Amino acid sequence: MDFSSFLIQALNSVQYGFLLFLVASGLTLIFGIMGIINLAHGAFYMLGAYLAFWLAGLTGSLLAAVLLGVPLMILIGIAIERSAISFLYERDHLYQVLLTYGLILILNETQLILWGTGFYSVPIPEMFRGSIPLTENQVYPVYRLFISAVCLGVALGLYLMIQKTQLGMTIRAGASSREMTEALGINIARVFAIVFALGAALAGFSGMIGAPLSSVYPGMGDQILIISFVVVVIGGIGSVKGAFVGAMLIGLADTFGKVLLPEVASIVIYAVMALVLLWRPRGLFGYTA
Amino acid sequence: METPETSKFRLVALGVGVLVLAIYPWFGESYYVGLVLRLMILGIFAMSLDLLIGYTGLVSLGHAAFFGLSGYLLAIITPDTGPISIWYALPLCLAGTGIFALVVGWLSIRTSGIYFIMITLAFAQMLFYFFNESIRFGGSDGMFLFYRPTINIGSRQLLDLEAGHNFYYFVLGALVAAYALLATLLRAPFGQVIQGIRANEARTRALGYATRRYKLVSFVIAGMVAGLAGFLEASHTGIISPGHLSWHESGTILMTVILGGMGTLYGPVLGAFTFGLLQDNFQDLTEHWILMMGFFVVAVVVFLPHGLAGLIARIGARLTSRRPAGDQP
Amino acid sequence: MKKHNPNGISRRTLLTGAAAAGGIAAVSSFIPTRFAIGGQHKVKIGILLPYSGTYAMLGNSITNALKLRIEENGGMLGGREVEYVAIDSEMSVPKTPTNTNKLVGKEKVDFLIGPVHSGIAQAMAKIVGGDQGPIMIVPNAGSNLVTGPLCAPNIFRASFSNWQPAWPCGEVMANDGHKKIVTITWGYAAGKQMMAAGRDNFAEHGGSSIKDILVPFPDVEFQAHLSEIANLDPDAVFAFFSGGGAVKFVKDYAAAGLKDNIPLYGPGFLTEGVSKAQGAAAEGIKTTLHYAANLDNAANKRFRAAYKEAFDADANVFSVQGYDTGSLLISAMDAVEGDTGATGDLIQTLEAAQLTDSPRGAWTMSKAHNPIQDIYLRQVENGVNLVKGVAAAALEDPAAGCKMA
Repeated sequence: MDFSSFLIQALNSVQYGFLLFLVASGLTLIFGIMGIINLAHGAFYMLGAYLAFWLAGLTGSLLAAVLLGVPLMILIGIAIERSAISFLYERDHLYQVLLTYGLILILNETQLILWGTGFYSVPIPEMFRGSIPLTENQVYPVYRLFISAVCLGVALGLYLMIQKTQLGMTIRAGASSREMTEALGINIARVFAIVFALGAALAGFSGMIGAPLSSVYPGMGDQILIISFVVVVIGGIGSVKGAFVGAMLIGLADTFGKVLLPEVASIVIYAVMALVLLWRPRGLFGYTA
Repeated sequence: METPETSKFRLVALGVGVLVLAIYPWFGESYYVGLVLRLMILGIFAMSLDLLIGYTGLVSLGHAAFFGLSGYLLAIITPDTGPISIWYALPLCLAGTGIFALVVGWLSIRTSGIYFIMITLAFAQMLFYFFNESIRFGGSDGMFLFYRPTINIGSRQLLDLEAGHNFYYFVLGALVAAYALLATLLRAPFGQVIQGIRANEARTRALGYATRRYKLVSFVIAGMVAGLAGFLEASHTGIISPGHLSWHESGTILMTVILGGMGTLYGPVLGAFTFGLLQDNFQDLTEHWILMMGFFVVAVVVFLPHGLAGLIARIGARLTSRRPAGDQP
Repeated sequence: MKKHNPNGISRRTLLTGAAAAGGIAAVSSFIPTRFAIGGQHKVKIGILLPYSGTYAMLGNSITNALKLRIEENGGMLGGREVEYVAIDSEMSVPKTPTNTNKLVGKEKVDFLIGPVHSGIAQAMAKIVGGDQGPIMIVPNAGSNLVTGPLCAPNIFRASFSNWQPAWPCGEVMANDGHKKIVTITWGYAAGKQMMAAGRDNFAEHGGSSIKDILVPFPDVEFQAHLSEIANLDPDAVFAFFSGGGAVKFVKDYAAAGLKDNIPLYGPGFLTEGVSKAQGAAAEGIKTTLHYAANLDNAANKRFRAAYKEAFDADANVFSVQGYDTGSLLISAMDAVEGDTGATGDLIQTLEAAQLTDSPRGAWTMSKAHNPIQDIYLRQVENGVNLVKGVAAAALEDPAAGCKMA
């Protein structure tokens, strides 16, 4: 591999890493703060993509679709948290897993009923349609760079929210000691509802702005689910920083694995995850017991 | 909650269950006999996972790897020209699965919780892609085997697994044997220790037990019992594919255990039958059967705190209790 | 539970011993007919196709068109009314034996239609093939093995073998003056079979593949490979993807700027049923397939209009395959006047089938029970796959390993 193709693949890695982070961020939030293994995360992502397809079709603009779709995802998140998940906080976590599995079935089938079985795409917004030349025969789409910027923004926003805001402090307190938080008079139920809605909205949002790249089709959430978990677990549960590093690591491993080790490309990300966990059983940035 | 009465009730209920299974082939339609046979196999598979989840506190999302690996091993060692003796085939498949479980377990057990879930998934996925991309073992299409193993003593055939309902009863026997084995194991000191680990690992360790070793043994036993199920599955259908060890299968069997009721052994079997029979019925009712399945799962989680087994236990408690109905323990 | 096939097919490579001479003899040496049933009960058609997940579109297209065809025949087969039992395959091989046995053992269907997935096709073929099970017609799954080593008297295919739509593409690329190509496909059975066929024929016409890229199924992250292709700078790229993967690959390929420098070719599934979603990115892509939307024959025009009218959607190759499955059933059942028990006669009729009014153009059944059909060269223009000529006329699958061929 010569130097220029190395640089290009490095760019691909980082860009894929940004995408993975965006998709996984909502998962690590719900995971770290509520302790819920949310299997429906991929279904939320899919729902976001379909909302983008539907709303962009109605309004003619992806921006409008996102502005309408994100509040919708928040409402859906709150509704699911209030109507089902909130009953389960005292129970074994595995019942939450089973519940979110049920949600996958419901959401996938609802998608088929509402939008059918076709394959759709969402056009890239006019202003991001250009591309930048990389080599003689390859260009880089501006929209991919735009998504990277959005991911950076989300990462920064999440970091600031958790470290600096009142809500963030409440969230951190809720994560470490539920009883104490409640003793301080903070409404933990409301915090959990907000966190779950935020996680759902982040998953939906990544589905929406990823839709022009990924295309929109039934079952698209399944794959995203597994890779999101891989990213979150490598980074360490609940660590936004960890998810970011995990996403970059998987972006690199996947991209260079495909190019340099094509025979084992399919297992590279799992091998990386296994190695990381053998080295650090609680992920790169997970707290140690 | 566990009184001598409820324990006796459970024993009676299990006995009735086995009896129903035993006489079912006499009057069941052949399709349903086949379906029940497969659900018994899945019951063994689910039970093996319950040893990990419900008793040892290890949640695995890679359990189908052992199920599928054992099936592949049987397909690989069965010659093209004729059947293989079960006296070779079964020990070989179980040993192969056990060794794989030992390696995966030894590496995985240093993690816990969600990390354990994901590292077991990682190993299972690697095995999945190994078979999916192997040219020798049929790649993504999988392998066939055309003969069930034979059970002979000397040159005399003890039981012809191809004939009549013999294979059905063989699987029923395996189901009862697996239950008996696991139940005995759990009542033995070993079972007390692993349940102690699930409740509080640090305390168990403080009592002087090498908890990791106990967890590893439990993991290997669970893998081998899953291997027994995979052996039966491959013998039953003659088909083994990467799909058998995909994460979808691992996920489904995990859901089966939780739905049925963790830490009961019989609950997961109940879960396998409930999932299987409901799907069979929902499919006939509506093309949106998956939606109904989803609502059913949500309803069980919300309304049955201990899964289906919890419901049975509650009924048992009510039947055996002298207290007025409605006043549950 | 069905007994195991005692015929001793090598299960590993499946390259030897078809569904065995014994099985063929058993069926063609006639089975007593059940005239008592004829004309009385409804004909039962069992369908095993995906109705959920990524490939639900294929299942729906096939089922819709199959029913449409039988509806055009007055809803009758051989003078008897028709009843459908459809099961969602969930694209799951482990569930296939149960699903197949439900259709065959419980529902006692007269005909078995399915599937889409090649692993499922092989599992179904193992259960019903070379036996006195119902006649099975495959409306999609292209696995070479089904009409190769696994071929059986009662198994027919109304679609294609993976070899068929891919093979002529090799010659097309050579004729366009390309010398070195890169192939890229998902690393599963269908992908590997199509890649091998296209590449082999390209080699026969003097070209060569400088790299065969296998993407782990169902991964859709192609960026690393696109950069690799740009770096290798071949004359052309031969690609097989379908469904959501095809949409994304074609769009990513164009977005990386490769489309104008390195033309994209492939079996028609690359653009079939998805060219609208691909939009401008698909414009100009040449593919080879046994169907194209604007085929100039009366049957195609009639079919497309009727399909649009009935389902408010455009017909695609999958619906054509479903439609022809219906035509096969009609001709066979007419020949035996509705006597589903006359298995031997049904098989003979299907073997001699000549579909002269198929939307894809006339085709006949090969000895291995796979269509002998024209493969068209198509090119995407304004989001439609337009036919540009015949890439291979009356192409017959080599059916390697089939004892009937």
